[in-house]
Amino acid sequence: MSSVISAKNLSLTFQTNDGPVHALKDINLEINKGDFVSFIGPSGCGKTTFLRCMADLEQPAAGEITVNGVSPAEARKARAYGYVFQHAGLYPWRTIGGNIRLPLEIMGVDKAEQDKSVKEVLELVHLEGFENKYPWQLSGGMQQRASIARALAFQADILLMDEPFGALDEIVRDHLNEQLLELWARTNKTIGFVTHSIPEAVYLSTKIVVMSPRPGRIHDVIESTLPKERPLDIRDSPEFIEIAHRVRDGLRAGHGDD
Amino acid sequence: MRNIGPILTVVAAIFVLWYAGAVALNAPWAYDKAKRANVEITFSEMVADTMQQKKPKLPAPHQVGKEIWKTTGEMVAKGRAFSKRSLIYHSWITLSATLLGFALGTGLGVALSVGIVYNRTMDMSVMPWVIASQTIPILAIAPMIIVVLNAIGISGLLPKAVISMYLSFFPVVVGMVKGLRSPDHMMVDQMKTWSATKGQEFWKLRLPSSMPFLFPSLKVAMAASLVGAIVGELPTGAVAGLGARLLAGSYYGQTIQIWSALITAAALAAALVAIIGVIQKVVLKRMGMA
Repeated sequence: MSSVISAKNLSLTFQTNDGPVHALKDINLEINKGDFVSFIGPSGCGKTTFLRCMADLEQPAAGEITVNGVSPAEARKARAYGYVFQHAGLYPWRTIGGNIRLPLEIMGVDKAEQDKSVKEVLELVHLEGFENKYPWQLSGGMQQRASIARALAFQADILLMDEPFGALDEIVRDHLNEQLLELWARTNKTIGFVTHSIPEAVYLSTKIVVMSPRPGRIHDVIESTLPKERPLDIRDSPEFIEIAHRVRDGLRAGHGDD
Repeated sequence: MRNIGPILTVVAAIFVLWYAGAVALNAPWAYDKAKRANVEITFSEMVADTMQQKKPKLPAPHQVGKEIWKTTGEMVAKGRAFSKRSLIYHSWITLSATLLGFALGTGLGVALSVGIVYNRTMDMSVMPWVIASQTIPILAIAPMIIVVLNAIGISGLLPKAVISMYLSFFPVVVGMVKGLRSPDHMMVDQMKTWSATKGQEFWKLRLPSSMPFLFPSLKVAMAASLVGAIVGELPTGAVAGLGARLLAGSYYGQTIQIWSALITAAALAAALVAIIGVIQKVVLKRMGMA
């Protein structure tokens, strides 16, 4: 298995009016091709900051990080990853198709190729037939799926997702989790996934990274023993509950100072 | 039109106040005339007189209406819509300066706002000057603009348009700076993840996002442009335009002429702002933002 994302002694400090905040301290992590890695931890543990470092949206102060063997900046310019934000962030003046086309237009993909990609990714997120609808005509869950489709449109091998389902209710979230797993199995992408939810992290991941705050660091890395095929009711299995338990323990231990 | 009722009520109230004002202000002159002619007049005779004086302090609405009709509709009927006595002609003179000034002001305003948003030096330096420019009384610099431009051989429409521009660029700058900065951090980051160029970010994200801010600014700018064009006609002894009508009217005490020019100017402004309102509605609806 080849390493796709590799972080060595990564540190990042934000200067604030109340003094420096150590968002990340001595982070070491390898993410292999095809992994589904969840980052879980309380607010301020640096999980989003770490994801943003991979995406070249934040610059680490010390240490090294490579994406596909090159710096995040180079990886970003090579369009190595798709990034899904917490909010769908669809442009209200563009149709769903137009929104998915947006990164393709920016990348200078020709029209026929755009049409093909839009059709493909809409099918991947089960939004066939919604191409000409406007975002406000879709539910929150559908909007987030459109946003995932947009991140998939330009065939990046890495998908970085920052609490993409955080604003959705649990029923919709379950449904989207199932679909995301299916999508991951079909596309074989490497996924980095930030979440607050223990069941979500355990259900989705091959690797769960438990982080703790002040300073933001990795507390535990759990390799999931769950099979790749995961029906929703796997969440009642003893194996699932055991992993969830270990994550919860990790979160509690890392949070022991308050 | 579900708001037609309230609008008509307000208009009716304005007319009532206007007529009452006309009677009150014109009464002394009616009594004066009667006294000099040594006749006693009753209240109703006095009221009748205040409605039809030649140079009333406050002309009654129907007098203004009649004057406007005489200088617009009647002129059209005679085929002299663009004669020098026609308000249509004068409105056109002012309107052309207004529209040119509005176009220049909008262009300047948008250009400055783009500079302010994309260039840190401009961000720090331009805004105070933009605000300072609006604290100078336009009446004080309008003659100078006209004199300076005349000295370099520019006269006629352009100097007035420049004054209009001076007034109208301000709301556009303020609105567009806010509008171009309206996309949140997430949307800007998103553009970065796609390695979009600054130009792509501008055309695909910032400019469309600014539309809800642009139109209210344009409405203010349009009204300011019209004021600018009229002010541009006042200090220069212009012979044509609504400003010239106002000036001529005040020289000769032709209050009816002054009021008809005023009402025409107001109607013109209302129509122009309404046109922008319609465009706003159509554009924002098509953009899914209304």
